[in-house]
Order: sequence, then structure tokens, then C-alpha cells
Amino acid sequence: MLVPGKIQHIICTGNLCIKEVHDYLKTLCPDLHITRGEYDEETRYPETKTLTIGQFKLGLCHGHQVIPWGDLDSLAMLQRQLDVDILVTGHTHQFTAYKHEGGVVINPGSATGAYSSITYDVNPSFVLMDIDGLRVVVYVYELIDGEVKVDKIDFKKTTTTTAH
Amino acid sequence: MRAFDELRGLEMFFKDEGRHGVSIVDLYELVQHAGNILPRLYLLCTVGSVYIKSKEAPAKDILKDLVEMCRGVQHPIRGLFLRSYLSQVSRDKLPDIGSEYEGGGDTVMDAVEFVLQNFTEMNKLWVRMQHQSQGPGRIREKQEKERSELRDLVGKNLHVLSQIEGVDLEIYKETVLPGVLEQVVNCKDDLAQYYLMECLIQVFPDVYHLQTLEALLGSCSQLQPTVDVKMLLSQLMDRLSNYAASSPDVLPEFLQVEAFAKLSSAIWKVIDAHAEMPVVGAISLYVSLLTFTLRVHPDRLDYVDQVLGACVKKLSGKPKLEDRRATKQIVALLSAPIEKYNDVVRALTLPNYPRVMEYLDSSTNKQMALVIIQSIMKNNTCIKEADKVEVLFELIEGLVKDVEGIAEDELDEEDFNEEQNSVARLIHMLYNDDPEEMLKIICAVQKHIMDGGPNRLPFTVPSLVFSALRLVRQLQSQDGEVVGEELPATPRKLFQLLSQIIEALSSVPSPELALRLYLQCAEAAGDCDLEPVAYEFFTQAFVLYEEEVADSKAQVTAIHLIIGSLQRMTVFGVENRDTLTHKATGYSAKLLKKHDQCRAVYACSHLFWVDNHEGIKDGERVLLCLKRALRIANAAQQMASVTRGSAGPVTLFVEILNKYLYFFEKGNPQVTSSAIQSLVELIKNEMQSDSTTQDPASDTFFVSTVPYIQYQKEKGGMMGEKYEPIKV
Repeated sequence: MLVPGKIQHIICTGNLCIKEVHDYLKTLCPDLHITRGEYDEETRYPETKTLTIGQFKLGLCHGHQVIPWGDLDSLAMLQRQLDVDILVTGHTHQFTAYKHEGGVVINPGSATGAYSSITYDVNPSFVLMDIDGLRVVVYVYELIDGEVKVDKIDFKKTTTTTAH
Repeated sequence: MRAFDELRGLEMFFKDEGRHGVSIVDLYELVQHAGNILPRLYLLCTVGSVYIKSKEAPAKDILKDLVEMCRGVQHPIRGLFLRSYLSQVSRDKLPDIGSEYEGGGDTVMDAVEFVLQNFTEMNKLWVRMQHQSQGPGRIREKQEKERSELRDLVGKNLHVLSQIEGVDLEIYKETVLPGVLEQVVNCKDDLAQYYLMECLIQVFPDVYHLQTLEALLGSCSQLQPTVDVKMLLSQLMDRLSNYAASSPDVLPEFLQVEAFAKLSSAIWKVIDAHAEMPVVGAISLYVSLLTFTLRVHPDRLDYVDQVLGACVKKLSGKPKLEDRRATKQIVALLSAPIEKYNDVVRALTLPNYPRVMEYLDSSTNKQMALVIIQSIMKNNTCIKEADKVEVLFELIEGLVKDVEGIAEDELDEEDFNEEQNSVARLIHMLYNDDPEEMLKIICAVQKHIMDGGPNRLPFTVPSLVFSALRLVRQLQSQDGEVVGEELPATPRKLFQLLSQIIEALSSVPSPELALRLYLQCAEAAGDCDLEPVAYEFFTQAFVLYEEEVADSKAQVTAIHLIIGSLQRMTVFGVENRDTLTHKATGYSAKLLKKHDQCRAVYACSHLFWVDNHEGIKDGERVLLCLKRALRIANAAQQMASVTRGSAGPVTLFVEILNKYLYFFEKGNPQVTSSAIQSLVELIKNEMQSDSTTQDPASDTFFVSTVPYIQYQKEKGGMMGEKYEPIKV
């Protein structure tokens, strides 16, 4: 799957740290969206970013700026502020996907399983989103004890929550 | 060659003659009366061929006769061509096994002897050409050229010998090889010797060479000093290497004939005998021998080490290598074991390995170091012992600190970054489950990277810090409490180390990175219940914030990180927590831009309300923070209207409203619905007022917030009741 040409967009919450990783991701897909994590050496990444894919508005933010870290209600506030259907955030190195009244908050976890002060026993994970009309299917790939486990979550957007 | 074709026609004629009643024997006699010797002998060979075919006399007799008679022509070129013709014409008539000419006393041995004799005579003729080339320069060259073109004629005999089916290992060993080698050595002509040895090696099967290794190598040492023996040895070893690689079944043979011992001693002899040989020649021999060893005896690390040791000996006493080709060969020599074993740890156990590396010049040394690191990364090799880590760092010394020979500005920045990132990645591959060993590894790495200097520390320190924090995590989960201070690997000890390691960043200086690392350590210490240690780390972080982080944007990020970390920590007692939160809120209010101040201050409100911790739910102080944030937002509005003539956007108010809603929902009694109501009214007024800058972002935000409030109302139950009084 991780070969050039198969993925249309890459959404990255941050902390790639060095340019090499950024360049590698670019080879998988030139449409790379990234926000700034606290260890990124590239200072020009934005703090937040919004983009539209199909019928969905997506928001992106690393998450160290939202206090308390990992708190769903505070993240929901950011989601309202950015006015997006799906908020992608990180920092906790723990995969989560929540549906709440305003939309969906997805945390893809850490792709490398890096150490985190917030999460013990980090398992490497990433998320694939399949956006089709008003429906998005979220596939999460996790590496647990040497095995890759895949899970899937469905979200449907109701038209009443479209952009104002 | 065309003449030969014509002669074939003649042969056919003679054959016909035979049928016409003229006896072959008579013909044979007859042609010997021809006038000139050369045509006479050509005719004789031609008739002889027919004679053999007729089987009227045993093949061996005729062949013997012919080969003797050809001695009559002693002129080198003519003789060579004559004998070549003889060889060609007799080829299919040799009494080989399974050939029609065998039997009745004619055996393979006769065939072998015939060919050998022909070969010997041809070589003598060929060598004589060398002595004959006496003319001045250009003619000499031409003669040399002619001579080398004719060499194939001589070599063909060897080819014929190899084709004789009946020549098995025994015969080869007893008759063929000694015969050939005797001629090669005795002719004492360097051109001939080199060519014939090469031919010999190429033409006969490898298994024969293996069994006759001693004889071959023995002759090699007897060759003329100007012969390029190392090339021959290399060729031989390469052939044997390929043979070994072809199938694992052949490997026992090698052991049986003690191939390595023989080859290595032959090589040492050659190198000693040719002391003036340039280094690159000796090293390429070592490379061939090493390839051979790796293929044939992959588990004999002592052999591999022997070869490396010989290289060290050869290089010792000489200055660092300048010759490019020699360096390339050494890199090949060092890379071969790594590639073969795919496990750098093995290479690390060879005592001579680092010694060879010492002789490389600095940039090649670094290149080699990168090769080693790349191999580790590619094969996911985990290096588990501290002493191996030591050896590894010795090998990659050139990357880890400044060594003489490279000036700082010679380094290309991108290359340098790549190098250091490699080292940083490498640190993560040094790992052991056992805490004691892991601690030793961490100490070893610390020792080496601390000398790296300000350019390298920002790359290497974070890797080491997170490695150590991982160990802390592991220790934490292993026992419920820290078991006994006698064990060296305790979280406390690690935090001491961590403190030292991060301290080194101050020499760079790299305050923002250090601040982040201190906060990580503080949180980790908190998780270990080490309140004073955590407090100390926080202090360090604050000190850095006060003294070193000057850039306002960096300050905003830093303060949010401090607030975020502090918010999560439950280890502090009331006094300590108060001091730290007081500091945090103080700095938040002192940020440069009003907007940043406001946001940081309302973030601080969370410091006083930790959801899962009953002890930290101070509703009043939360409200204080929120009110302060409101005041700042108001001030910002006023400033904007003074400086720009219109009030700024209402974003801040909407954000603060959302925070009010947050605490309202959490059940903070101080946050009342009436407070929220008034805030809502305020925002509405501001938005409708002419003097407010229209800002789509804040509009949208408010407009998102309203339905949220609606939604909560509609939820019913407790939430619905709460929200009931709020009218939007």
C-alpha cells in the first residue's frame, strides 16, 4: 500500500522531526498536508490547517496547543472553531476515533510507536480514510506484538451539519 | 588457415587414392621424399591422418612418428603453424576412451603423451621467438605483437588436453599437470609463464585445481619475478570461490585439502617476496582471499580475522593511505564481512577489524562508518551488549566527534545532517531488555556522544534521552515500587543521568529543545512518584524559559507545553503545585501579544481543574483565570479601536465563551448560566456593532457554538436542564 501513486492525500499531524521523513512522505504522495509538532525542525509548518476533500471539511492540528492534551471537549471546541466535519489531531500517540455532536475527531496515533509521556505502551499505528460522498470509512492499522491488526469505523455525514 | 582448408582437400584426395588401390603405407613412405622439409611434413601429417583413419597401423605409433618428425622444423613461426596443423588434424583421432582408435595397446596415456609432447615443443618454439626479437624499438614491438597473437596456438594444446575424456583426476595429477608445470617453469619466459598459468587455471575444472593446490601454488612461487603472480592467485581464488558458491556439497572438499591454509601461506609468501609491490596489489589479494574465505568457511571467524590481521601487518608502519585505489580496496575488504553476515555484531567481534579501519583516511573512515550504520538499519540489527556498543562507537568515531584531518567548514551541511541523523537512528538500535545491561549501554553512549561538540548534540541527545525514558517506563512497570536502592538501574539514577545529558545542550545552546526534554523528564518523574525530581526538572524548564527563550512565537509554544505538562501532573503537593501554577499563569499574562496572553491565560484555567482527580477542582480559581482572560480580551478590543479606529474581531470572546461552556458542563459551580448568558449577549452586541471588524472566522465560530448550545439543550436530562436557562 505504501507505494507511490496509491494514496491521494497525506494528512500528517506533525513531529516528523527531520526533512528526510518529510521527503519520504512526499514520494508516497505529493499532496502532503502537515501541521507543526513541537519537535519539528521546520518552523514554517502552520499551527492548524483546513482542507476540503469531497463533501468533507477536514481540520488538522498537532494537538499540543489544545489543553488539556487529548481532552475530547477541548478538541471539540477547536473543531467548532475551525468549522470542520473531521478533526485530525495527534500528540498523544494513541489511536482514537470519536463521533460526537459536531462531527468526528480522529487521532491516528504514532506511526513509529515513539515514546510518549501521555501514553504507556505505544503501538505503531496509522489511519486510512476512504471518503465517498457523504460517507467516510476509517481503517486503522495497528502493529500489536508484531502483528498488524486492522479495524474499521464508519461515519456518515448528515446534511444538516454542512458548512454555513 | 586457408592453407589448412586446402590441405583438407588434399586429405580427401589421399583417402580416395587409398581406395584406388594405392596403399596408404606406400603413400606415407612416398611423401617423405618430397624436396623441401616444410611441404614434406605437411604432406606427411595429411597422409598420416588418413593412415590413422584407415587403422592399418596403431594410432599411437603414427602419432609418435609424426610428433617426432615435426622436430625437423625449428623455425619458430613455421614450426608453430605446422604443429598446430598436426594438432588440428589429429584431434579426432586420439586414442581416447570410447574412441574408435582405442584398444590394442593404444590408451589414453598415449594420447596424453602425444599432446603433451606437442605442447612442449610448441612452447619451446614460442619462447624462442622472444629471444629472436632483437631489432630496434618499432620492429621489436611488432614482433612482440605477433608473438602474443600466436600464443593461442600453444594454449590450444591445453584445451585439447582438457577435452580428452579419459583424463581423470588421477591422470591429471600424475601426468598432465606435472608435464605442463615442468615446461612452464623451465621455459623461464615471463610472458609464456603468465599466459600458460592463466590458461591452465581457466581450462581445467575447479575440482582438479582444488586437489592439486599444492603443486599449483608451488609452481607459482617458482615463476619469474616479473610475472604478475598476484593476478594469477586472484583468478584462482575467484574461480574457487565461485565453485564453492555453486553448491554447498563441495565445501567439505575444501576442508579436506586444507585449502585456506595453503592459499593463505602462498599469499603471505608472495607478498613477502615482492616487498616492493604497491599496497593496492597486496590488498586486492587480501580481498580475493577474504571473498574466498567468506564463501568457503563462513563460520571460521578466526580465518577472517587472520586475513584482516595480515592486512594490518602490511599496513603497519606506513602513514595513512592516500592512494584512492588502495582505499577503495580496503573499503571492499571491510564491507565484505558485513555484507556476508548481515550482522554487524559479528564483524564487531573481529579484533583486527577496527585496526584496519585506523589506516583509512578520515573521510573514507566516515564513509565506512556510514556503511556499518546502514547495514544495522537495513537488517534491523539490535546491538545488545554494552561492550559491543563500545567497539561500535570506536569504529564510527569519525562521525561522533571531530577527528583531525577534517576541517569543520569542509563538511557539506546536508551531508553532515544526514550523518548525524544516522547516528541518532543508530542509538535507537542499541537496546536490551535487561535493565542493568541497558543502563550500561546508555552510559556507554552518553560517554561517546558528549564529546560530539555543539553541532552534533542537538541530533544525538534527543535519541539518547528518549531511550533512557523508555527504560524508566520499563522499570516503572516492572515493580510497583522501586525495589531497593542497591540495584544500579533505578529511575532515580536514570534521572540523574538525564539531567547531565540535557545539561550538555546548554553548551550548544539549544534552549527550546532542552526545555521540551526537561518537561518530558518531569512528567516521567511524576509518573514514578518522585516529586522532588519532577520539581527540579520543572525548575530547569522555567529557568530556560525565563533566560533563554526570547522569541515571542517560541515563547507561546513553550508556555503551552509547560501548561500542558503541568496540567497532567498529579504528583505535586499543594505548595509546589501552587508555586508552579502561579509561575505559569504569570508568564502567560506577560506574553507579548494580547491575543497570545488571553489564550495562554484561559489555558491556565485547566491547571485548576483536573477531571479525574478530585483534589484538583478549584472552581474559583478557574473562574478567576477566565475572568482575567476576559479582561485581556476587552483590553485587546480597546487597543484595537484606539490604534486602528475599529474594534478587533470577537474571536477571543467566542473562545472564552466556549471555555465557559466547558467548565459549565463539568459542573463548576462558579460558572453560572447567567455568566454565560451575559457573555452571549456581549458577543452578539459586539458582532452587530458597527465598530467591530467583520471576521468570518469568529462569525463561523459563534455560529457553530450556537447550535452546540441548542444541541445540548435538546439532549435532555441533566445536560438539558443545565442549558435550559441559556437563550441564544
